[in-house]
Amino acid sequence: MTTDQATPALDVAGLTHTAGSRRVLDDCSFAVPAGSVTALVGRNGAGKSTLLRTAVGLLRPDRGAVRVFGKPAGDEALPRIGYVGQQSPLYPMLTVAQTLTLGGRLNAHWDAGYARRLTGDAGLLPTTRVGSLTAGRRSRLALVMALAKRPDLLVLDEPLAPLDPVARAEVTGALMAGVAERGTTVMLSSHVVADIDGICDHVVVLAEGRVRLAAEVEQALTSHLVAVGASRALTDLDGGKVIEVRAAGSEATALIRSVEPVAATGLAWHRPTLEELILGYLRTPATQPERKVTAA
Amino acid sequence: MGLVVVVIFRIDRRTGTAVYVQLVQQVRQAVRMGRLAPGDQLPTAREVAEYAGINPNTVLRAYRELEVAGLVEPRQGSGTFVREHLTPLPDNVGELRHELAAWATRATAAGLDVSDMQALLAEVAAVTTPTPEGLRHDN
Repeated sequence: MTTDQATPALDVAGLTHTAGSRRVLDDCSFAVPAGSVTALVGRNGAGKSTLLRTAVGLLRPDRGAVRVFGKPAGDEALPRIGYVGQQSPLYPMLTVAQTLTLGGRLNAHWDAGYARRLTGDAGLLPTTRVGSLTAGRRSRLALVMALAKRPDLLVLDEPLAPLDPVARAEVTGALMAGVAERGTTVMLSSHVVADIDGICDHVVVLAEGRVRLAAEVEQALTSHLVAVGASRALTDLDGGKVIEVRAAGSEATALIRSVEPVAATGLAWHRPTLEELILGYLRTPATQPERKVTAA
Repeated sequence: MGLVVVVIFRIDRRTGTAVYVQLVQQVRQAVRMGRLAPGDQLPTAREVAEYAGINPNTVLRAYRELEVAGLVEPRQGSGTFVREHLTPLPDNVGELRHELAAWATRATAAGLDVSDMQALLAEVAAVTTPTPEGLRHDN
């Protein structure tokens, strides 16, 4: 479905960034395979937006390198990237139609027919001024601008957050149709796991500026297990494989990195849901930072 | 020629079941219930992706699985179709499936992947002759 499977759409290596005295990103490394839909998950303030801004070349990191389809992030890579940040960068004085015209002037591969169709689907009237649009409608227009650019890599910062449930389903459908038609690579951030389940095939979990997990979703789910049972039996398990243990009285639940149940008595094992997997990594940011690049 | 049948996939994101498994199960169910007939065309990955808001790669993966299972066949440039000459399933298929699921669990634990299991199953099936007991079950 993609032009070049071998070169990752996005290759992030050793990214470190400091804002004031705070280290926002700490040695982040991962790859986003071409044609994949990758979710960047993390709590508020985990560094997701900074990471995405760095990835598209809007922010120069203190250390580390970003390559987009094999080329260094920056002006050269920009035409191939569609980026929508959380503050939709649109001109409030322009109408919807004027905004689309501007998009056509600024982008070499602008698809005017597609832009019109998407604005129609979003219920955006050509004559409406951008400044008078609701937050949800404005973010849909910003998304139209990114999609109609026909990019090879779409980078979206919390694209579903400002949307109502109907708009959410419509936008998800339009995004996935874009992936099917053109093999567009998508990287989107979210802190709502339910929004990305079934959408993403790769996931990057960011906690306190560090990459805790970077993996193919199906692979990650089959290489982890959830064990439920007596706290004592769980604490006896091999510490290196235990991602998280949550106790409730004498019983506990543990997320464990293992393909098959570990020999231990009195434990029930089951395959984690995506939510259990992600929460397990998100809740344990300080212990054993997962720096290895496991995405492939 | 069959029709392009509108199969509406329902994706439940709250169950732990992987999305592609849900798609496979729903096509199987539709064939079993006769909603999909031999020669009917499945919706394209793009259509399912847009309608259900799911990753098209997941749809393709489900279709590949159905193809390996012999239920559907891709036709060059025109789509994925339910195969002709599908024999109706016997009544005790649920029971057989159940036994196989238990076996698959053990096989997975032993380190076999899906293609290992398929190879093993094909090999065993090739040298197995129906027993009187098996024949009784078929009726």
